[in-house]
Amino acid sequence: MASKIQEWSKDAVLEVQEYVRLIAQVARAVFTPPIYYRDIIEQFDSIGIGSLTVVLLAGLFTGMVLALNSGITLDQFGARSMVGRLISASMVKELGPVLTGLMVSGRVGSGIAAEIGSMLVTDQIAALRALGTDPIRKLVVPRVLAGLLMMPLLSILATGIGMVGGWIVTVLQFHVASSIYWSSVVQGLYMQDVWMGIIKPLFLGFTIVTIGCHVGMRTTGGTQGVGNSTKLAVVASSVAVIAVDFMVTKVLIVLLY
Amino acid sequence: MAKVLTARPPLLDEALAFGGPIVVFDKVSLAFDEKVILREVSFTLQTGHTKIFLGASGAGKSTILRLMLGLLKPDAGRIFVNGEQIDRMREDDLMRVRADLGMVFQEGALFDSLTVGQNVGYKLNEELQWPAEKANARVKEVLGFVGLGEFIDRMPAELSGGQRRRVAIARAMAAKPRILLYDEPTTGLDPITCLTVDEEIIKLRDLEGVSSVLVTHQLRDAFFVAEHAAIREGNQIRFEKADQEKADQAEFIMLKEGRIHFEGNASELRAAAAKDPYIRSFLS
Repeated sequence: MASKIQEWSKDAVLEVQEYVRLIAQVARAVFTPPIYYRDIIEQFDSIGIGSLTVVLLAGLFTGMVLALNSGITLDQFGARSMVGRLISASMVKELGPVLTGLMVSGRVGSGIAAEIGSMLVTDQIAALRALGTDPIRKLVVPRVLAGLLMMPLLSILATGIGMVGGWIVTVLQFHVASSIYWSSVVQGLYMQDVWMGIIKPLFLGFTIVTIGCHVGMRTTGGTQGVGNSTKLAVVASSVAVIAVDFMVTKVLIVLLY
Repeated sequence: MAKVLTARPPLLDEALAFGGPIVVFDKVSLAFDEKVILREVSFTLQTGHTKIFLGASGAGKSTILRLMLGLLKPDAGRIFVNGEQIDRMREDDLMRVRADLGMVFQEGALFDSLTVGQNVGYKLNEELQWPAEKANARVKEVLGFVGLGEFIDRMPAELSGGQRRRVAIARAMAAKPRILLYDEPTTGLDPITCLTVDEEIIKLRDLEGVSSVLVTHQLRDAFFVAEHAAIREGNQIRFEKADQEKADQAEFIMLKEGRIHFEGNASELRAAAAKDPYIRSFLS
């Protein structure tokens, strides 16, 4: 039993060490040539545009269901005009970034791990190195940059469409006037909330893609290994999204409020 | 002979001219955890010559190629490639050494999201930043060399196993490296396709002056490469039995349990089989 714990601890420390090493390599590669601009643009498209549909749908229905539930509760106190305020505060600060993070980790985190993992087990990564290409610069850096910069944009769009979803339900279901809903949305927003909604996705995007790349780069064991890496990437990045969200929220509350 | 692209200092160039020590392994050892892969392995590949590594699966043959490329670092010993000691070299510096090396991986390791032409031209376009016109011309030239000129726009998934290996050879030779490494290039291929791949290896060695390291457990291919020569006659290329001097330029190394069990030319290997039961069992 003791030896198993020792072995598990060693593996855990090794994983953390390799993850930190990957981040250090990425940090160095971002600021030194060569930089593969075409790959960066391709990843912006793949991660950003490619995730748009799923993120918008998630945002829309989250806003709608939030309006539905909160509307019924607020109606009991005769405060159905306050639905917009509740939706804007929830979506901007928390639900927009986290739901986008979860959607992106399911779609992008798994995709990155599967793609890099299958390249690794079929010797394509070794071939890249043999051809004089650093796989960190070619594969990891473009994905990290795309994750870092596209996540805030996706989160803003998800939040916006969530508010639209809330507006549809509030107007059609609770018969609140559009102007009242939107003025309530604006009243519920503070500048600190907006900053939180922009800063959080930066950390979440970075976490999701670096975990996907790390897991992909550590793939072993052929096609079965690729499957395992894909699962691990989704699970680890989804849990990390929630954990990082908590930690970043804690820090931002101290710094902003 | 095609002119190589990577410049070397004149003195080094002279030292590494035909017959010079282009790759040197000096008492190289490597272990993965408890498993010892190589034990004090030493050999020299001379410029323009061929080294053929034989041995059972897991004997460390492919590991030697990965050590030459710097994809793995030895635990002990020194490795020199093209006059540079690479065993402790940083990854960034290794990129310079790799510029003069080409590797054909076991299953080809073609980039499956790129076309055949993009695979072959990868190094020229992405790393060497050749003008598109010049790179395209070179891609067509090397694809023609391996007889796959019409496959330039196909995807790797549309190719047969043999065609994939030949594209991998074209990709490895596109940037005109001085050294080509072949990791089991004929494994899993039918005899006729094997012969085609073997002929490509001989052509590159004899017509392009490339030093070759071949890892295989296909004896027929190993002896064919060692004992045949390519001769250009106008636009035709003819393969014939090599004379003794040429055949001596191909040296066999048999690995057993991480050590060099035999080192010598094809006729010495056949002679050793009469006395050594391990070699005999391997050759029979």
